[in-house]
Amino acid sequence: MFLNLPYSFSDEERMIHDAAASFASSEVAPSAMSRDAEHRFPVELLKPLAELGFFGIKVPSEHGGVGSNTVSYAIALAKLAEACASTCVTVAVCNLFADVLSHFANEEQRERYLKPYLRGKLGAGTFCLSEPGNGSDASAMKTSATLDGDTYILNGAKQWITNGAFAKAHIVFAKTAPELGKKGISAFIVDADSDGVSVGYPERKMGLCSSNTVGLTFDNVLVPAANRIGEEGMGYRIALANLDGGRIGIAAQAVGIAYSALQEGLRYASERKVFNQRIVDFQASQFAIADAACDIERSWLLTMQAAVARDTTGKSARLSSMAKLTASESACRVADAMLQLHGGYGYVEDYAIERLYRDARVTRIYEGASEIQRLVIARDILS
Amino acid sequence: MFQLSETHEMLRKTCRDLADKELAPKAAHHDEKHLFPGEQVSKLRDLGLMGVAVSPEDGGSGLDNLAYAIAMEEISRGCASTGVVMSVNNSLYCDPVMRFANAEQKKIWLEPFASGQKLGCFALSEPGNGSDAGAARCIAEQDGDEWILNGTKAWITNGYEADAAIVFATTDRSMKHKGISAFLVPMPTPGLSLGKKEDKLGIRASSTCNLIFEDCRIPAENMLGEPGMGFKIAMGTLDGGRIGIAGQALGIAQAAFEAAVGYAKEREAFGKPISGLQAIQFKLADMATRIESARLLTWKAACLKDSGARYTKEAAMAKLVASEASTYVAHQAIQVFGGNGYVTEYPVERYYRDARITEIYEGTSEIQRVVIASQVLKSMS
Repeated sequence: MFLNLPYSFSDEERMIHDAAASFASSEVAPSAMSRDAEHRFPVELLKPLAELGFFGIKVPSEHGGVGSNTVSYAIALAKLAEACASTCVTVAVCNLFADVLSHFANEEQRERYLKPYLRGKLGAGTFCLSEPGNGSDASAMKTSATLDGDTYILNGAKQWITNGAFAKAHIVFAKTAPELGKKGISAFIVDADSDGVSVGYPERKMGLCSSNTVGLTFDNVLVPAANRIGEEGMGYRIALANLDGGRIGIAAQAVGIAYSALQEGLRYASERKVFNQRIVDFQASQFAIADAACDIERSWLLTMQAAVARDTTGKSARLSSMAKLTASESACRVADAMLQLHGGYGYVEDYAIERLYRDARVTRIYEGASEIQRLVIARDILS
Repeated sequence: MFQLSETHEMLRKTCRDLADKELAPKAAHHDEKHLFPGEQVSKLRDLGLMGVAVSPEDGGSGLDNLAYAIAMEEISRGCASTGVVMSVNNSLYCDPVMRFANAEQKKIWLEPFASGQKLGCFALSEPGNGSDAGAARCIAEQDGDEWILNGTKAWITNGYEADAAIVFATTDRSMKHKGISAFLVPMPTPGLSLGKKEDKLGIRASSTCNLIFEDCRIPAENMLGEPGMGFKIAMGTLDGGRIGIAGQALGIAQAAFEAAVGYAKEREAFGKPISGLQAIQFKLADMATRIESARLLTWKAACLKDSGARYTKEAAMAKLVASEASTYVAHQAIQVFGGNGYVTEYPVERYYRDARITEIYEGTSEIQRVVIASQVLKSMS
């Protein structure tokens, strides 16, 4: 279903698709259910994923990445999500970490952090932006970094940090000039083993149970000025630079979850009999399947359209939001309808649809809630 | 991604200008009076829009199905009734004639129609059967070198204005749907009479009527394709027709959306334009998003058809998603307009009425779901 498009994929995009599909089915899918049940992070997958290039799909090859584009990135995330949405979000944030360093870090920082990271030597990556008191409104952050000689003193708390307990270095946003509002935000690379960095308990989430989400606190952490990414005050720009790409990634994740849910629904409904007929032979089931297939198809077309727009024009805010909104809402609808086909079996952990249903839910929340996507789209329409 | 070629962009602009200047200003009048937009259709003819994907040798414009989908959207954005007249001539009449007629038949039955000199129609449904086309009761019996047609065809768009019809009739009852054949019937012709013009909820500027055949004799050479091929011809035709109706639905949705945006920016409530209210902004965002995804599905189906690949599932998806987006968007547009949306001063009540048919004809939404599910299940086994 994924490759059946008038858009003709390049050889490179095809290769990344095949590599992601093969790794997902052989290495990721088999443990997805047990990792979810045990809330176990796929730490053993980090190194192979990095070595295959999945931490830096869009990072240019001279920076140690694969040097591909947003289309490839979306394809890879969709294939990973089909196998395990938790592994998918882990990889999405790993790419975000690499993209920030590739775009904004200086050569010395890239040598020291980006290159070893892409070879799998620094664990997972993080992006420490949200705080307990602010999510969608990033400019309201309270974390501060005060310059003292050639060292910043970092204080504050970050929340919802994906991969937070499994990273050797963090990208942290903090206010260097609080009086300047969002123009007073700067970005830093913070070594995870610095004194004063503490990792909170992993969140007990309803879904993505195999991904790691923690709070991080910074208590008088000393960060060398050489670890500031870009100039002072560039933090907000750095934080927003990958907004569209991030949304396209989550749209792709949602499509992967939905596609997997459809497969689960089809499999169960083709086997299970009731009133001497297979469930799939009932028109009511067929209509649910048809609606799910339409939802997936239109979500994927929007995702690809947004990805190509980002790759070719750099302007993709409206399409990225449309893709993220449609794909996430679709994923929840599809997972719900396919769970319904399972009846009571859909409600127990023996079937994958139960996990998919829980995993789908977050796609409507993170990287901009559906409400934020609607605001972005409406602003674009009215401007 | 679908990056439109220069040809497609130019066509889009040409059709948009025509819709804005010639179609939209008269659409309400034609709707109110149930008037066929003859002058408007002749302008479509001048632009080559009555046979968009028919080759130039056969009188058409020689463009592709993507061009056709784009043109259908833009024309329907101006006037959905004009859109359906165009769609029936292109998809339901010219397309099957182009695919199944022999060279001699094409001279008479394709060239003047693809060039827009004449208008065609398509007679499949009957009073007693719509979605279940295999249950057709109309019969054709051979008598020497003539066929004698008897029966009634229903819901025939363009019935009052058409110069020819493709008529499906059973030639061998024992073969059930494989005993249906297709015929090219000139209009008017002895033995064929028209029923009353239907008084419809929407697309009121187009004519819809029954065709009643009473010992209607047509020459043997007027059979389209081989005996028994009728069902296959009809089903293949509907696949392509669905792309046209998806385009029509998109055009109505786009018109309703644009009207809603314009109104929301001007109308004030609680001291500011209602476009500043989040409830309105969210409606506009959802409307735009549904239109965009429906458009991508429609273009994908058209591109698949152009590439020669199978497109049954994609055409059904495009038709289903676009028609449901159209009724949704028109409904929400009326909400944005409030009471003004409910009166004929503004065009949105017409969009609402016009949109409704797109979920019914050329296969209801329910039929599209049956088609999609069977394709999905087939691809799985």
